Amino acid sequence: MALRSLQVTITALGICIVIGIPAGAALALIRFPGKRLLTALIYTGMGFPPVVIGLMVYLLLSRSGPLGSLGWLFTLRAMILAQIILATPLIVGITMSSVLGVDPGLQPQLRALGATRWQIVRALLLEARFGIIVGVVAGFGSVISEVGAVMLVGGNIEGRTRVMTTAIVLETRQGSFDFALALGIILLALSFITNLTMVLGQGKLSSS
Amino acid sequence: MFAHKYMRVGLLLLLLTSLFVLAACGDDDNGDDEDTAETTPVATDIVSETTPEPAEAATEEAEEPAAEATEAALEAASGEEGRLLLATTTSTEDSGLLDYILPDFEEKYNATVDVVAVGTGQALELGANGDADVVLVHARAREDEFVAEGNGTQRYDVMYNDYVIVGPADDPARIQGMTDAAAALAQLASEEALFVSRGDDSGTHTKELSIWAAAEIEPSGDWYQSAGQGMGEVLTITAEQQGYTLSDRATYATRKAAGLELEILVEGDPVLFNPYGVIPVNPEKHPSVNAELAQAFADWITSLETQELIAGYEVEGQALFTPDSEAWRAAQSEAPAEADATAEAE
Repeated sequence: MALRSLQVTITALGICIVIGIPAGAALALIRFPGKRLLTALIYTGMGFPPVVIGLMVYLLLSRSGPLGSLGWLFTLRAMILAQIILATPLIVGITMSSVLGVDPGLQPQLRALGATRWQIVRALLLEARFGIIVGVVAGFGSVISEVGAVMLVGGNIEGRTRVMTTAIVLETRQGSFDFALALGIILLALSFITNLTMVLGQGKLSSS
Repeated sequence: MFAHKYMRVGLLLLLLTSLFVLAACGDDDNGDDEDTAETTPVATDIVSETTPEPAEAATEEAEEPAAEATEAALEAASGEEGRLLLATTTSTEDSGLLDYILPDFEEKYNATVDVVAVGTGQALELGANGDADVVLVHARAREDEFVAEGNGTQRYDVMYNDYVIVGPADDPARIQGMTDAAAALAQLASEEALFVSRGDDSGTHTKELSIWAAAEIEPSGDWYQSAGQGMGEVLTITAEQQGYTLSDRATYATRKAAGLELEILVEGDPVLFNPYGVIPVNPEKHPSVNAELAQAFADWITSLETQELIAGYEVEGQALFTPDSEAWRAAQSEAPAEADATAEAE
């Protein structure tokens, strides 16, 4: 169960990073019409109620919904999809603001030195890395602690879609408060270890 | 529970545009990460979708020995493991009954039962949307409606337990020992004693509302709290505040064994009777449901053997559910003494 929690979290987070960091960088660096509207939408997404995401994903994946033929409802994929929708705006938003926060003089300097477009983007992302890591950490936190949406689309099925958070809800409902609390402590420990790993990685990044 | 149909369509259109990219990406990336446990169910789904014809015919031909017929058909159709999605109420899971009886079904039919335990309202909605293969719930009127609307093939009696009105041991509203549930609720209302309602559209909530209706009272005010949660949570909330609530006996007994500080104050009124029914989801409406396994499940849970298993499920020496299927009742009326003996032997 703990492994399944991590599996869902890491898969979802991985996809979020792949989508979120480039999207955040693009949003910060490229000018296009409707950019402010999109930014406002992303900020809204950062505070999207998870249970609403769950409901939408349920209606989408239900056998009588538009993507029902995929048969994803009550599987890990449904949970991962909900998590992606939940955490991607966080990573996009925080990446964007970190890239915008890089010294505005850097870009013309690099250009003057003859750097290519991609070299500039790379340098800016590297410069903004601490902010981006904060975004990833925030995304991780929201994904691993999510309960409402994954309960709805995963169904809390024993051995298949039951993760730490939904198991805690079930144990609480059954009155096994001590077991629920023990699960909570394990979940916290998992979260701590993962975050510690990320912080140590961050230390390495800054020394390099 | 869910929004109106038109709203739903509008919402989905909106969503679809915004989610399509994400969904597509999710598909690609999931491919790399998918584990074996994920791929097997998909594979079995396809098998069961493409092979229902012979098995279904077998079920229709043989009404009574259906269990054996479907079992044989299933094994013939696929040596692979079947998967059944059962939408049920929190009471069957929280009371531990399913953990006790399901291994027998899973072994006999080489199947895995995925249990989604929600309120009766949501369970029926899952069935109506074709997201579950079979439902096991307790709200008689709504079950009949579910079948009448063509969402289920047929409803079968399974078992019953009863509701009890529970409250604090010192019973400030003095309802202990009353035999009329409606009168007891009326007294709670006139005393304005704290009452915690499920408020979640579940079978228990439906029952509670019907008793209020029988008492001709529309409960409202500070003393009436609508929790919107499952039975387990509501018992916790009630015990913490030392209020009153309506609970099914099974969940109450399980929680009582774990130290819940509430006592049974009113029981035995016929209106507190709580029958459970099993309904396979109609494959004509939702071709993707695992119809033959769903039917096998209904046949299995109503079979005499499983009924005896249900009768034997006890928590702290108290039987929680009384079997009540057609097969069980027939056996009871034929040879009551013998059936009792077997039940005791179990």
